[in-house]
Amino acid sequence: MDIHEYQAKEILAKFGVPIPKGGLAYSPEQAAYRAREIGGSVWVVKAQVHTGGRGKAGGVKVCKTENEVEEAADRMLGRKLVTHQTGPAGKMVGRLYVEGGVNIAKELYLGFVLDRSEQRVMVIASTEGGMEIEEVAAATPEKIVRMPVEPAVGMQAFQAREIAFALGIPANAVTEASQLILRAYRAFRDKDGTMLEINPLVLTHEGHLVALDAKMSFDDNALFRHADISELRDKSQEDPRETQAADRGLSYVGLEGDVGCIVNGAGLAMATMDMILLAGGAPANFLDIGGGATPERVAKAFRLVTQDGNVKCVLVNIFAGINRCDWVAQGVVKAVEMTNLKLPLVVRLAGTNVELGQQILRESGINVITADTLAEAAEKSVAAAKSVAAKAAA
Amino acid sequence: MSVLINKNSRILVQGITGKIGSFHAEDMIRYGSPVVGGVTPGKGGTEVHGKPVFDTVKQAVEATGADTTIVFVPPPFAADSIMEAADAGIKVCVCITDGIPAQDMMRVKRYMRRYKADSRMRLLGPNCAGVITPGEALVGIMPGHIYLPGRIGIVGRSGTLGYEAASQLKAVGLGISTSVGIGGDPINGCSHRDVLELFENDPDTDAVIMIGEIGGPQEAEAGQYARDHMTKPVCAYIAGLSAPKGRKMGHAGAIVSAFGESAAEKVEILKACGVTIVPTPSEFAPTVQKMLADRGLLAAAAE
Repeated sequence: MDIHEYQAKEILAKFGVPIPKGGLAYSPEQAAYRAREIGGSVWVVKAQVHTGGRGKAGGVKVCKTENEVEEAADRMLGRKLVTHQTGPAGKMVGRLYVEGGVNIAKELYLGFVLDRSEQRVMVIASTEGGMEIEEVAAATPEKIVRMPVEPAVGMQAFQAREIAFALGIPANAVTEASQLILRAYRAFRDKDGTMLEINPLVLTHEGHLVALDAKMSFDDNALFRHADISELRDKSQEDPRETQAADRGLSYVGLEGDVGCIVNGAGLAMATMDMILLAGGAPANFLDIGGGATPERVAKAFRLVTQDGNVKCVLVNIFAGINRCDWVAQGVVKAVEMTNLKLPLVVRLAGTNVELGQQILRESGINVITADTLAEAAEKSVAAAKSVAAKAAA
Repeated sequence: MSVLINKNSRILVQGITGKIGSFHAEDMIRYGSPVVGGVTPGKGGTEVHGKPVFDTVKQAVEATGADTTIVFVPPPFAADSIMEAADAGIKVCVCITDGIPAQDMMRVKRYMRRYKADSRMRLLGPNCAGVITPGEALVGIMPGHIYLPGRIGIVGRSGTLGYEAASQLKAVGLGISTSVGIGGDPINGCSHRDVLELFENDPDTDAVIMIGEIGGPQEAEAGQYARDHMTKPVCAYIAGLSAPKGRKMGHAGAIVSAFGESAAEKVEILKACGVTIVPTPSEFAPTVQKMLADRGLLAAAAE
C-alpha cells in the first residue's frame, strides 16, 4: 500500500526524523492560510499524489508570496497530474502540502527496501540526492552505498555512522545524521514498510539534516497489525476497478486489451494472459479468483471483468483440483445467468471431472465456446474479440 | 527415490483442527501419504481423521518420530509455527499459508540459520501448493491424480500452472519424480536453485522443468547454477510476458521492480545459460519430449 508524502512525513516525525514545517490544504485559500501559519518568505506547494516525478510534471512549485501560493494551489487542485510514472491517465490532485522553504547546502539520498537477493532489509544511500536512484545506479554506481541489516538484531549505530561518513556529512553533524538514519530505519521496521525513500535528504546551511521529501510503501500482508496505516489509504489514487476487486477479496489488475480473463491461480492467470498475447490479442486484465471457484466468486468476477467497456470477449480458464470441474461448470452457468452476460464467452476447464464439466456447459443452454487446451482457449477468445470489434466497426 | 518426501516420510499437519487443515489432511491421507499426527495448541489429546493431535511440535516429534510438516496456520501466527518446527528438529517444512508479512519471513530465515547446514530444516513456501512424490506422498493441496509417477522433476512458484504442466506430461505418458512448489512470496524458503541442486543429486530424476515468473532474482540464479553445476537438462517457462512493470500480479512476489526481473529479461538470461525455454504455457509436454529425445532419454522416461 502506498501513502502520500505528507503522511510519510508525519510517520517519520513521530519516530523523531526532522521534517520542514508544513501543512495540508484542500483549497487555494487554505494553502495561503497555511503559508501564513508557517511563516518565512519562501514556501513550496506540493501536489499530493501517489507517484514520483512530480517536480518535472508541474506538481511542485516554489513561491515567494502568499498570492503565488494561492495561484499555484489553484492551478494544481482538481487537475490530473501526468508524470512519467502515472501513464497517460495521470493521478487526481485532491490535496496539497504547503511547506516552508529550506536553505539547502547539499542534497542526499536515503532509502530502505526489502532486498530479495539478500532476503533482508537493505539501506541504500547516495551523495546524489534529488535524482532518481535508478539513474544514479546506472550512471555512477560507485556513488551508491548499500548496507544489509541483520534481521536478528536490527540496524546498529555503527552502520548508521558508516553511512553518514560515506555521505560526507561534516563531523559536527554526524551524530545527528546517524540518529536520523536509525530513526528512519525504525519507522520502516516497526510499520512493516516495503520501501522508504527520503529523496532528497537535505543538509542545510545551518548544518542540520531534514527529510525534504518522503515516499513510503507498506506490506499489504502486515496491515492486519497496523490499523493506523490502513487508515491512510487514499482510494482516489487507485484504479477504481482494482479498489472494487480488492474490497471483494479478488486480485485484479486492469490493463489495456479487450479479452477479459477469469482464472484461478496467479501463475496460471499470467500464463493465460501471455497465451492471449501470443495468439495476437491483448488481455484486458489480470484476475486471480483463488483456489475455491465458487459460483458466487465466479459471478463477482464476471461483473468486475465486464464493467470494463473495452472488454469484447470473456475467457474463463479454471484448473480444478480439489474443486471438481462439474462444480465449477455449474458455477459458470449460474454466474452467466445472474449477470446476463451478452459478450462471447470462452471456457476452458481442466483437471478433475473435466468431461462432466464440459457436458454441463453444453447442456446448459448458455452461449458458450468451449476449449480443451490453453492455446485453443486463447485463439478462440482472440478470434471472438476481433469479430465483436469488426461488427461494432461495421 | 525422489527429493524431499517419499513413502517413508513421517508427516505432521500443523493446524490440523482448522477447517482448511482438516480438509487437506484428509485428502493427503486418502492419497496414501504417511500422515502420523497433527498439532494445534490447546487441542492436544484429541484425534482428527484417526490421527493424534498434539499441543506442541516437540511433543508430536517425540511421540511419532515425525520428520516432515505441513503448515496451515493463519498468516499472523504462521511464521511462529515454522520456527517451532525448525526448533523441534523437523527436516522438511511445507508452508501453504498465503499472506505472511515479509519481515516475519526474514526473521524465520535468520532463525533457521541457527542450525548447522546438514541438520537445518528445508522450508518450501510460504504461499505454495506443496510437494508431491507421485505414488508415495503428497504434502500439499494439489489434486494427486494429475501426477503420474516418473522421472521428470518440477519446481515452480505457482500452484495451478504447475498442475497445467503435470497434466500435460501425464497426457503424453510422462511421469514425475517429485513436483516442488516454492511459493509466490518475495521472501521464501528454498529457491529454484536449491531445488535444482536436489534434482541434480537425485538418481531417479532425468530432467527438470522450472516454472518461474516475473519478479526477484531466483530464476537467474537458478540458470547460472544449471550452467555451472548441472549435468541434467533443464527447461523453463517464465510467466508474465504481458505483465506491466511495477504492478503486482497476484503473488506478493510477482512484481517487476528491477532490471532483469521481467519475463523477457529472465528468458534471455536463462537462454544464455543453456536452459531450454518452453515457448508457451501450452508446450510443456512437447518441449520436455524433445529435450529428452535429443539426449536419448525419452524411451526410459516414458516407461
